[in-house]
Amino acid sequence: MSTVLDFEKPIVEIQKKIDELKKMSEASGMDLDSQIENFERQAQDYKKELYSKLKPSQKLQIARHPERPKFLDYVELICDDFIELHGDREGMDDRAIIGGLAKIDGKPVMIIGIQKGKTTKENLEYNFGMPQPQGYRKALRLFKHANKFNLPIVTLIDTPGAYPGIKAEETGQGSAIAVNLMEMSKLNVPIVAIITGEGCSGGALGLAVADRVMMLEHAYYTVISPEGCASILWRDASKYADAAEALKITSKDLLELGIIDEEIPEPLGGAHTDYSAVSENIKSSVVKALKELAQYEPEELRNKRYEKFRAMGRFVE
Amino acid sequence: MTIQEWFDKRKEAQIERRAKEMKGIDPETPELWAKCVHCDSQILKSELEENLMVCPHCDYHFRINARTRINQLFDEGSFEEMFKNVLPTDALNFVDTESYAVRLQKAHEKTGLDEAVITGLAKIEGHKLAAAVMDFDFMGGSMGSVVGEKVTRIMEKALELKLPMLAITSSGGARMQESALSLMQMAKTSCAAGKLDEAGLLYINLLTEPTFGGITASFGTLGDIIIAEQGARIGFAGRRVIEQTIRQKLPADFQTAEYLLKFGQVDIVSKRKNLRKTIANILDMHGV
Repeated sequence: MSTVLDFEKPIVEIQKKIDELKKMSEASGMDLDSQIENFERQAQDYKKELYSKLKPSQKLQIARHPERPKFLDYVELICDDFIELHGDREGMDDRAIIGGLAKIDGKPVMIIGIQKGKTTKENLEYNFGMPQPQGYRKALRLFKHANKFNLPIVTLIDTPGAYPGIKAEETGQGSAIAVNLMEMSKLNVPIVAIITGEGCSGGALGLAVADRVMMLEHAYYTVISPEGCASILWRDASKYADAAEALKITSKDLLELGIIDEEIPEPLGGAHTDYSAVSENIKSSVVKALKELAQYEPEELRNKRYEKFRAMGRFVE
Repeated sequence: MTIQEWFDKRKEAQIERRAKEMKGIDPETPELWAKCVHCDSQILKSELEENLMVCPHCDYHFRINARTRINQLFDEGSFEEMFKNVLPTDALNFVDTESYAVRLQKAHEKTGLDEAVITGLAKIEGHKLAAAVMDFDFMGGSMGSVVGEKVTRIMEKALELKLPMLAITSSGGARMQESALSLMQMAKTSCAAGKLDEAGLLYINLLTEPTFGGITASFGTLGDIIIAEQGARIGFAGRRVIEQTIRQKLPADFQTAEYLLKFGQVDIVSKRKNLRKTIANILDMHGV
């Protein structure tokens, strides 16, 4: 682990001690097994306690962890035979949204996701996971392809938001997202959406009008970034931790509010500590959801999807 | 510039502008006069109102509230309000520098409205339609659960009565105090717009000063025909956010109705005085 988050430091300290003891034991031939075991248990207990009580602002750090698995990591670990399909057919292939045909558990699907990089070079290529209108239009083209050939759709979402830029505005960032929201509601095939990291605002929702919406345990999903919210409502971006609290951005909160259907567990310490474990968890949730959704006729599926979003909101009458 | 500096600067500019506005106004009867924020000229309030709140000197279109819009645009006495009984609640117990409950109360006292949208049935030159009219004065016209619900209900009413639908937007976007519940209103209203689309019903958007964020990214731009009122600022991201992201200055007319027309994002830019005729003609040509 090369990036250590501030709240992870005590764990790293205990781990260091364990490593020292192991070295000592090897060098001197002393039997320190019981001490090592003791420290290991302590580390494990501390970790369990820590990760079960993370504050929203701490989850934010995990969701944004530079080593957190990205869309293409998940594709590699979850899918077989991924065939990427490029471009919006109007002059651009937005690299922030990647999609294509793949098999999950032997069954073909259309998988589409928002891609971030791990290095600066990669991040420039993927625009830090901030799609342009052309990315949403590429996704729409792939949605329609899936609809035509009766392929279920799986989307993986990890974005700080749709890109705020000149060309993005000139080419209709708002309407590109709006059209996706509307068109997703009309699709005849099952749609499963998973917020894997950052689920920020309309940029995330543009791929998330789904029959099943799931979230990784430490992902967040919100109408505005906590920093953006703090700078507007608190007039101070440094109050982001308060905003993160108030916005109810965690999987637990959103499950309670009925915004998401399922929380997918992450390995202890976060998804970045064990790519295969978290991918396994995602895969089994997706496979299960697709199996359940396969029983519905297209019209039933569309009606249920409509009713699901129709019921969202809190008001009094 | 820090955020605080930006706000301070904005406040100073507001005070300056207000001082400027007061200058040149007849001190005997200040209540009768208004000042154009664009050309600074002094206008009799009655004259301004008669001119649909458009400056008779420079053609600047003042932002107007939902009630004024309803009175200007629809046939006299034709508007029947619906779903007024849908009221906001502070579901998340949201508190920033002030609680959401207090903000709602203040917005109500300021505007006399219960929420940022008025919905109902109306007529334009005899053509019957379903309408949603947003009001920027109520918490920046932001969309929370109530706005989403009322817009969806009036769209479903259009569906039931087979009427054309007109959405008149004026909003900063989704309402932060309802967080993900607000975000989901974008999905909800867009799904409802999808029903209108599938039923072959005409849906018209009228984008007015200002229309941003979660509104342009949902029902605000899903119409079959998009009309923007002259001078309105329309966009997804706010100007400041874009400037901070790309670190360059934006063209002065960026995100105006006229700018969007140039880039093919709206069908029509209309002066306020022509709106009734334009919409009536469109309805007429669609046989509704």
